[in-house]
Amino acid sequence: MAVRKESWNTRIGVILAVAGSAVGLGNFLRFPGQAAQHGGGAFMIAYFVSLLILGLPICWAEWTMGRLGGRMGFNSCPGILNAITRHPAAKYLGVIGVVIPIIIYMYYVYIEAWCLGYAISFLRGEMNFNRVEDAAGHWGAFIGAGKDGDAFGFGWGEVGGYLIFVFILNFILIYRGLAKGIEWFCKFAMPTLILLALLVLVRVLTLGAPDANHPENSVSKGLGYLWNPNKIILEERVADGTAEAAWRQTALLLPDEYASLRETVEADPARRITKTTLLEKIQSPKVWLAAAGQIFFSLSVGFGIILTYASYLRKNDDVVLSGLAATSANEFCEVAMGGLITVTAGFVFLGIAGVAANSSTFDLGFKVLPLVFSEMPAGGLFGFLFFFLLFLAAVTSSLSMLQPGIAFVEEALDINRRQSVAILGVITAFGCAFVVYFSKDVKALDTLDFWVGTFLIYILATIQIIIFGWVLGIDKGFEEAHRGSAIRIPRFFGFIMKWICPAFLLLIFSTWVIKDVVGLGAGDPDYHILDLFGETANTTAWLSIGVIAIMFSFVAILVSRVKKYRAVYDQPLQES
Amino acid sequence: MTIGGWIVLLTSVGTVTVLFAWCIYKVLKTQGETERIHGVESENPDEKTARDHG
Repeated sequence: MAVRKESWNTRIGVILAVAGSAVGLGNFLRFPGQAAQHGGGAFMIAYFVSLLILGLPICWAEWTMGRLGGRMGFNSCPGILNAITRHPAAKYLGVIGVVIPIIIYMYYVYIEAWCLGYAISFLRGEMNFNRVEDAAGHWGAFIGAGKDGDAFGFGWGEVGGYLIFVFILNFILIYRGLAKGIEWFCKFAMPTLILLALLVLVRVLTLGAPDANHPENSVSKGLGYLWNPNKIILEERVADGTAEAAWRQTALLLPDEYASLRETVEADPARRITKTTLLEKIQSPKVWLAAAGQIFFSLSVGFGIILTYASYLRKNDDVVLSGLAATSANEFCEVAMGGLITVTAGFVFLGIAGVAANSSTFDLGFKVLPLVFSEMPAGGLFGFLFFFLLFLAAVTSSLSMLQPGIAFVEEALDINRRQSVAILGVITAFGCAFVVYFSKDVKALDTLDFWVGTFLIYILATIQIIIFGWVLGIDKGFEEAHRGSAIRIPRFFGFIMKWICPAFLLLIFSTWVIKDVVGLGAGDPDYHILDLFGETANTTAWLSIGVIAIMFSFVAILVSRVKKYRAVYDQPLQES
Repeated sequence: MTIGGWIVLLTSVGTVTVLFAWCIYKVLKTQGETERIHGVESENPDEKTARDHG
């Protein structure tokens, strides 16, 4: 009897789907903020080293193990890890790879709705701001950040209607399947996204210095704020005391400007000049941790998504070039587009003070940039283009978050796609309603993003690279990776994948525990820890942990009942 | 922007752009890239076993 097995249509299609999964808000909003904060040039060195020792190794390991698992008849993370390791514990570790994308989808689709709502609001000419505070107020009202339950509005200026639209859009595309849904959409969306980014980039780089009263706020200085390896910054005192918060950045100085200002500033107690060099920054562990974190989150490694996507490849489909191509597409969007657009645009209209004070992902994206576009000539059009590009990037990512869950439900319950889409639709609708209802200070979203979108993906990536390097083994892993490959992985990556990558991941994890959980050396523990165990524990944070626990229990129970997972222990590894 | 800034910018942007262009070129020029029509393979398990081991 013939078996109908879902597969990708073309190699370029699967590459665009994986690249689409990786390209998201982090490329255009998180990366530039991180690079500017951590010294530009030094950050880029740490960033490219992290790409080599962390990003590419985990990416190749996931592609290889995914295709191997698919050949053995499994498409979900529990199934694939169970089949490769032949150890019952692995299927329970694989539960993480189902829980991560499902929970991230629950809040990511909410952010996706913000992007669509902002794009349409720009098109309708409703985005006119004079100060960052106005843009921040609009954002708070739009997403219901004032109090719980405020996000359920359905007017043009409220998020509810957009949310329902994007939720249904995602499920229509996922219901159409891998080739007709995900691959079809990514084939149009990814080139469109790059074209839109190029249009916005040209607009930003041709802005010059639009404010005649502030000629120092120019494109050249904006680029310098992000990319200069050595920075000289003029600061003014805004409060008493010795804390860094008492000083505000006011100008980025070139070396000749520094020479002419130096004596005057040294004589003025209300002003100071700070200098940071590439050599100082490159020795800072904070810079390395930030760069490694950015590479890690940007490439979508450790989400369980690539494992599932690669499982639909055929035995001799290339994985090495495909993995590199998807990675390079993500890096192009991040460094060549995100690295030139966001901070530069913010700097030109708000100056160094405005960008320095608002460099987090949401601040840059939903407070600084709306103000920038509202002040820019033809800003309505470019605001629409930019937020529509963010929307496309978000849809290609959220689609990828549904497929691992669909694959798992099909595999565990032995049901068809229509039934699995319906089950996942109900689960994610409840989860999404939870995130949207608890919208005050975006606490539910923030808690889930920290524990699932940050903490758990470190754990899963570490598990995956250890399974590849130590259980499957480097020799066998490379042999499997090179089956049908268009290029070969350089041999020295074997050493990196076995030793350096796991060690680096464990180092990052230990540093995080010491610094943010225990609070050693940095004062208080991270506020996400205090939300749970601090003196004023937050109820929404605890409810969010409850959602994660329920998802874990539900998936683990299903995993324990799948008979075909037990059947693989008697088969040789390469058979299917 | 300083000269150092231009060097960092051009090196970083140049590296990712060249890598991306090379990957796309390499993918497109690889032989045997054929469109399957429906994105669903009909596989006979017996044929599959014979093919995989043959």
